[in-house]
Amino acid sequence: MPGSIRAFGTKTMADNPALESANDAFAQALEQPEVQGRSLWQDAWHRLLKNRAAVVSGTLLLILLLLVIFGPMLSPYDFDYTDWDNIYHAPSLANGHVFGTDAVGRDLFVRTLVGGRISLLVGLVATLVSLLIGVTYGAVAGYFGGRLDQTMMRLVDIFYAMPFMFLVILLMVVFGRHIVLIFVAIGAVNWLDMARIVRGQTLSLKNTDYVEAAKVCGVKPAAIIRRHILPNLLGVVMVYVTLTIPQVILVESFLSFLGLGVQEPMTSWGALVNDGAQDMESAPWMLVFPALFLTVTLYCLNYIGDGLRDALDPKDHL
Amino acid sequence: MLKYSLRRLLWAVPTLVLLITLAFFMMRVAPGGPFDSEKSLPPEIEANLNAKYHLDEPLVQQYFRYLGQILHLDFGPSFSYKDWTVNELIADGFPVSLTIGSLAMLLAFFAGTSIGTLAALRQNTAVDYGAMGTAMIGISIPNFVVAPLLILLVAVYAGWLPAGGWDWSWQRMVLPVITLALPMIAYIARLMRGSMIEVLHSNFIRTARAKGLPETTVIRRHALKPALLPVISFMGPATAGLITGSVVIERIFAIPGIGSYFVQGAMNRDYTLVMGVVVFYGILIILFNFLVDLIYAWFNPRIRYEDHG
Repeated sequence: MPGSIRAFGTKTMADNPALESANDAFAQALEQPEVQGRSLWQDAWHRLLKNRAAVVSGTLLLILLLLVIFGPMLSPYDFDYTDWDNIYHAPSLANGHVFGTDAVGRDLFVRTLVGGRISLLVGLVATLVSLLIGVTYGAVAGYFGGRLDQTMMRLVDIFYAMPFMFLVILLMVVFGRHIVLIFVAIGAVNWLDMARIVRGQTLSLKNTDYVEAAKVCGVKPAAIIRRHILPNLLGVVMVYVTLTIPQVILVESFLSFLGLGVQEPMTSWGALVNDGAQDMESAPWMLVFPALFLTVTLYCLNYIGDGLRDALDPKDHL
Repeated sequence: MLKYSLRRLLWAVPTLVLLITLAFFMMRVAPGGPFDSEKSLPPEIEANLNAKYHLDEPLVQQYFRYLGQILHLDFGPSFSYKDWTVNELIADGFPVSLTIGSLAMLLAFFAGTSIGTLAALRQNTAVDYGAMGTAMIGISIPNFVVAPLLILLVAVYAGWLPAGGWDWSWQRMVLPVITLALPMIAYIARLMRGSMIEVLHSNFIRTARAKGLPETTVIRRHALKPALLPVISFMGPATAGLITGSVVIERIFAIPGIGSYFVQGAMNRDYTLVMGVVVFYGILIILFNFLVDLIYAWFNPRIRYEDHG
């Protein structure tokens, strides 16, 4: 069969001069340097770079991240070291406490950065937990559809109506204030939106030709979801993740502020703000620095999330 | 409409049952009981206490007893506030929380929609960028940061308003209400700006303008109602946020509302109080979501027609 086709092809081409010249043009085009195609991601990246607020936020966040990771190594003080000579000391360059010290003489610069590590870590890990639950749940519900989908989404509806913050507080009260529990509790509470978004996207993706093709080839559902559906969800999910991280950081700070989050001497931005709020009249620097770091981080993350959404979804651009 | 409302109300039942079940078993699985923190009691007294609060019964029996109580809207006696029932504590704290919450919501609704509309009408001008930049700050600054800063600036340094406490005077309400409303103002302003811009681009607005109507009439009579739809559907989740926020606000401003009872109860392992507040909040949120749905349907004729069909 292949031989006969080739024979047929060569014969026609040889007989038809117009086709021959077209063939030449094609060969010429092949020799020319390849035109770079722009993928969806490159497009989105270019749009994101044009968004000044997002670029500034990204740069700021990067600086903050580096500071939080490497800053504590540069300071001569440990985050739980007590400097008895300098209790409640205002910020000063002379003795190296650039952000001042707290009620037991601990260096606030190091504590703010170490607290930032915890806050950001909680933000990342808890978001990952919610990502894992939400994407799996949503993809399964959307892909299998039917009664399973209905039951699963009803459950999400029911969960939606719950005062979740209070359940997290209950969890923390009941099972103690361990950091792993904070990750899990916050993550376990935050997956509902993700599940809904992913389900909606999966519903529209599962009827595409390439998924049909994969089904015909006998690919198993789990593999279809993993290989053909999830990669196409990446954009939506990424936007959502950037917007979830600040939310999660906020929840952790909220818990720590109420005294239900991380335990002394470890700290987080919420716990530091709580300490600061109690001594703000005599030592306002204890409130100002952690509050500033927390707010700037949330501000940047929100702007990046907004920018990403605009960049990845030009339809929504108002 | 009626059918729709009834169906919505029916769905509240499994939600509540699940909520009660979750909260109940979570509290009971906890290590340590409500009487642990006090001095070690003689075993007879402890047995008596446990018997009085039915803590000696099997867990399942306790669970059904509690469900039955809640059916009668009875949350039982508080463990840590002796001589108080949970109902009394809620009745004591709720008017305070409700006052602050509804004032904050009113403020947020009017301020948010006004700012959003203004930004939409001046799209891509300094006004728009300024308003939206400020709104982003409102979303990003947690209220437990705003509250101490406001107290520091307005109460401590300037001395214009009292720093905290509660006596039903407006001076003591200003700071808590503003703090609570701030993030909501920001969210609503962003929502309102987006939807208003979309509505202003639609055909019926073009028609209204083509008829020669003055711009204020176009906005007020034609654009406002459809533009408010996303804001209205946001009011449901907003209530939940408001309730959560009030826990922090009540703590910072030393306000004797439900939120402060809840935190106290959580610290003292006061099972009945914590459960009571969680269930009460659950009912509140469900009721409010229901109300928001009805308002939304009333605002949006398309939903009504669908339901009659």
